[in-house]
Amino acid sequence: MTATTTRPSRTDEELPSVHRPLPSWVLPVLGAGAALLALGLRALLGSGPVLTVVFAVVLFTVLVNVVSRRVEGHRRSADRTVTAVVSAMFAAAMVPLLSLVYTVVSRGSARFDLDFFTLTMRNVIGEGGGAQHAILGTLIITGLAAVISVPIGMLTAIYLVEYGRGKLARSVTFLVDVMTGIPSIVAGLFAYALFVLFFGPGVRFGIGGAVALSVLMVPVVVRAVEEMLKLVPAELREASYALGVPKWRTILKVVLPAAAAGIATGITLAVARVIGETAPLLLIVGTTTSLNLDPFNGRMATLPVFTFYSFFQPGANPGPNLDRAWTAALVLMLIVLGLNLVARLIAKAFAPKGAR
Amino acid sequence: MTAPTPTTGLTPEVPAPGEPARPRSRPAQRLGDRVFSGLSTASGVVILVVLAGVALFLVIESVPVFTADGADLPGGEGFFSYLAPLLFGTILAAALALLFAAPLSIGIALFISHYAPRRLARTLGYLTDLLAAIPSVIYGLWGALVLAPYVVPSYRWLDGNLGFLPFFSGPVSASGRTILTAGVVLAVMILPIMAAINREVFLQTPALHEEAALALGATRWEMIKMSVIPYGKSGVIGGAMLGLGRALGETIAVLLVLSASGGISFNLIGQANPPTIPSNIAAQFPEATGLTVNTLVATGLVLFLLTFAVNFAARAVIARRAEFDGASG
Repeated sequence: MTATTTRPSRTDEELPSVHRPLPSWVLPVLGAGAALLALGLRALLGSGPVLTVVFAVVLFTVLVNVVSRRVEGHRRSADRTVTAVVSAMFAAAMVPLLSLVYTVVSRGSARFDLDFFTLTMRNVIGEGGGAQHAILGTLIITGLAAVISVPIGMLTAIYLVEYGRGKLARSVTFLVDVMTGIPSIVAGLFAYALFVLFFGPGVRFGIGGAVALSVLMVPVVVRAVEEMLKLVPAELREASYALGVPKWRTILKVVLPAAAAGIATGITLAVARVIGETAPLLLIVGTTTSLNLDPFNGRMATLPVFTFYSFFQPGANPGPNLDRAWTAALVLMLIVLGLNLVARLIAKAFAPKGAR
Repeated sequence: MTAPTPTTGLTPEVPAPGEPARPRSRPAQRLGDRVFSGLSTASGVVILVVLAGVALFLVIESVPVFTADGADLPGGEGFFSYLAPLLFGTILAAALALLFAAPLSIGIALFISHYAPRRLARTLGYLTDLLAAIPSVIYGLWGALVLAPYVVPSYRWLDGNLGFLPFFSGPVSASGRTILTAGVVLAVMILPIMAAINREVFLQTPALHEEAALALGATRWEMIKMSVIPYGKSGVIGGAMLGLGRALGETIAVLLVLSASGGISFNLIGQANPPTIPSNIAAQFPEATGLTVNTLVATGLVLFLLTFAVNFAARAVIARRAEFDGASG
């Protein structure tokens, strides 16, 4: 009885005073003080809202450092200072990202109407018009890119995990790493340089864009599928071999189904990664104002390039063009975030128990 | 690493006891096996061919630049004087981005991995992953229309108070679309991916290291200093270099944000900013003909080699770490 009541006070007395923790009311008080000082500075210097917040955070960090050093000693003081700095850094990094999302949503909603999804820009100069041609173009080109990349990527991953030995496998692994780092504009130049050999200078069509996007997409698919295949336990394969199942049937019927959810997630993320690419499409697909659904013939509009040109070359009457640019950006962002969400849901729905 | 054990040699060569030993050599590979392994090997070879193709076609298309008379090229003074400001702008913008993003990404990663409450941390990690997926054209729009006008007063202040530094000597750009703004936008763009890599690296710190430090009475910061940072150092360096590679190759965001007109200049807030290689290609290519196309492809080749070198170095750093302590990733 007495021990439990006396222990706190006794330890307080026995410990040197520097080890006594800061009372919990100190931090809010310091925060309020820092905020007041920053507001005072704002009145004095006329600093803007962002600068005021920066002042408040810096003042708070310094105050915490000084007070904590006096009361708790330099080790606790350093700990508290770093906590404040790290939290402030996180908050600071979130500001531009939140501002981005907010701007896209608020300015994009102006033209987020039915017309935007049902009309093209054919013969539209001022207000009105839509991005139906661009949305369909993006879907066609990205779809074609997926049709090219998914088989190549999956088979390469199967090769690396199930068959690959020796020099060839090592160099393929290395080159997939190299491909991951190819800048998107270089992929566009590659597609252009490739098709120029067959069709002559100035070639522009949708399939070229699909090839360029494939260069960017294949390594992502390979990496994702490879990781998933490696997670399939070797015992499953061995059990299948022990039953006399040939290797190719084992891969098709045992290994791939076991990894199916992860592979689906990886492919969805890979599609999300390339669907917003602008630079390669700018070079090899170009853009147009009317609907073109034939990827083998002529320029096509795509959502990222549409967004780009609506802002970059707004013409004589920039207002409506800018509105369309923001709405296109909003649609693009919704598509990308939607794909990411789908990927998460697939992963979650099929996740084995105990996985994180 | 959970790599499967080699699965060759599983075909039973020894007949089961009791069965009469039939004279049987290794069974012939089944047709299905041959087709399937052939297909997957071919896919691996396709990757080899595509990469060789990228290099080859870029070289083929750039050859005319080096055989042509320098006066016929855009700029009229030969390829290298055309390339120099582009290369300078590319490296300057990417270096600025790395300068801003590297410390911030470490801070974000530490916050998510070691400071935020567990439940919040998972959501925050998910959010940063989402932000990494936002297309660059959207970052470009935001940088040009929101950020650039917003930072002009700050640039005026920098010019007024730190104008004696060559970086901030005026005259200040009125639109704010300078190389410094481009660097900030690039930093915002590479921040999520770098933070995600750093977070993964920090989360891999062995719990025993951390607990040992805490058991010795270390504060949280001392624990991070003693166990998390030394363990994650090379991973963080590798992640930063991957971020640098991205910043070097970023096209559309820079093109939208940067108002490029000048040559080599260390003035970060001025009106004449050096263009970058990718943004220059994207700006000139749609209307380019003849030798201009070849010149642009040649600058693309330089960019390819540059990013290749950076990524290669990053992989080497990460691979050395993996060898060193057996950690994957």
